[in-house]
Amino acid sequence: MNRTYDFLVIGAGPAGMAAAATAAKLGVATLLLDEQPDPGGQIYRGIESRGQAGVEKPGVSQADSARGLRLTQEFRASSAAYQAATQVWQLEAGGKVYVTNGERASCISARRVLLATGAMERPVPLPGWTLPGVMTVGAAQILYKTSQWLPPEATWIAGSGPLLWLYAAQVIEAGGPIAGILDTTPKSNYAHALRYTAGALRNRAYLDRGMALQKMVRKAGVRIVKDVSAVEAKGDEHVSVVRYHAGGHWREETVAMLMLHQGVVPNAHATRSLGAKHRWDALQRSFAPEVDVWGNLSVEGYAAAGDCAGIVGAEASAVQGKLAALEAARAIGVITQEQRDVEAAPLRAELTKHLPVRPFLDQLFAPRASLLVPRDDVLVCRCESITARQLRDAVGLGAMGPNQVKAFTRCGMGPCQGRLCGLAAAEVIAAARGVGMAETGVFNVRPPLKPVSLGELAGLEV
Amino acid sequence: MNAEMSTNLITVYVEGKPLAVHAHDSAAGAALKAGLGYTRTSPVTGEKRAPYCMMGVCFECLMVIDGIPSRQACMVRVREGMRIERQTTVGGVEVWP
Repeated sequence: MNRTYDFLVIGAGPAGMAAAATAAKLGVATLLLDEQPDPGGQIYRGIESRGQAGVEKPGVSQADSARGLRLTQEFRASSAAYQAATQVWQLEAGGKVYVTNGERASCISARRVLLATGAMERPVPLPGWTLPGVMTVGAAQILYKTSQWLPPEATWIAGSGPLLWLYAAQVIEAGGPIAGILDTTPKSNYAHALRYTAGALRNRAYLDRGMALQKMVRKAGVRIVKDVSAVEAKGDEHVSVVRYHAGGHWREETVAMLMLHQGVVPNAHATRSLGAKHRWDALQRSFAPEVDVWGNLSVEGYAAAGDCAGIVGAEASAVQGKLAALEAARAIGVITQEQRDVEAAPLRAELTKHLPVRPFLDQLFAPRASLLVPRDDVLVCRCESITARQLRDAVGLGAMGPNQVKAFTRCGMGPCQGRLCGLAAAEVIAAARGVGMAETGVFNVRPPLKPVSLGELAGLEV
Repeated sequence: MNAEMSTNLITVYVEGKPLAVHAHDSAAGAALKAGLGYTRTSPVTGEKRAPYCMMGVCFECLMVIDGIPSRQACMVRVREGMRIERQTTVGGVEVWP
């Protein structure tokens, strides 16, 4: 059935839940849509069931869990409507949003739409990354959050970024094994990050926590190899060996599982499909939609908040969600511009507790440049099994950017629609052409954003 | 898994074999717990693949769930009696031997 709301929020992570609760409290008719069966997003995944099941909250993420639960409870207690397990497959100008619950498609119209689609892990293809037994650290953490799954013995982690250390600490605290960590953070990152120390010191808590997590992992006896410059997964039908380069030598370890992580990037599939203007963020090495201080996108009636508009972390995401809700309430006419600004002032002050540290973290965990351009035989597009060599060949034939390369090779045309390979393919193409990422750009995104069956479409009232 | 959680178990059938899983697990999580190894073969090359992102981005976890092909197993919550099977064909046709 087609419906109309004042304010439609897409994504039930911290930004979306905070936005929906804030708007509903102001009397705005609000709907929060989410593709997962429960609220929380990825950061607070399974937050309600973890509470219900009486699972002991690990100390390392106790404060996070408490914050997530509070946010979820505030949202649940609000008058905002909530529709879970629903996928958005098309966004149109004028606030028309097409969705499906897996059985029937419908259209939701809203005066204001907020995209709070969060982050995804940066795709960094490496030899053997398609082998069963290789998954992302984020994937393993989702399994831990939803079903307390712990990895097998001889699990190695390779990559860089805060999530890597958090996950390792969580596993150790829960009594699980992590055999070793191959830290690909380049040594030079530490020196480069120093220029952002002033900002980092303003948000000291982030640094203290990061150091505490690393210390905990080290104390647990996990083998840590620093300054790893290359990683390969090897195996016949399942990963069995990780091969890596560090200190001028190649070495191998036997593994049962290999988990990869190279930080997170905005999940900008929805904002790109709208045709909103995007910018290349050199420090975060990713594309993000252009937004004003309220999160407004370049497309009328649409806004973005949280990590999908540039990585800011869970706490700042919630604040951005509230700011976007105030702006929506103003645009709808529920509050005046003056009221909006008064309400926003303390929120802006709160952002300064979380944002100054970002450039430091972005630089410290910037992905190693050599890892971003895999060698010729590495699959970049998992869906269509397209190698880096095929992309380079397409560039050699004259393809200028990702969209032409896509037409030449089918890279990005599989079921994931370029979600996973988009940024990785752009890196390969940019390097092959010898131009920057801003000039290279990324795949155009076209509807349907998620696969929709003809049966579901047939149920659409038009 | 503590005592309180174990009361919340349900049975699914992974490649025909019964498996007790937590009610909040995803079908992809159940496949992993079953030690399935791979969950699909690539329709392009026949290579064995397994869930990679667990959050609906990568589409590597496409499986046949309750007879319906190409479901994103990481996005489907388990239900009592759910049948979770590898996806090794395209539209029912074996493309790779």
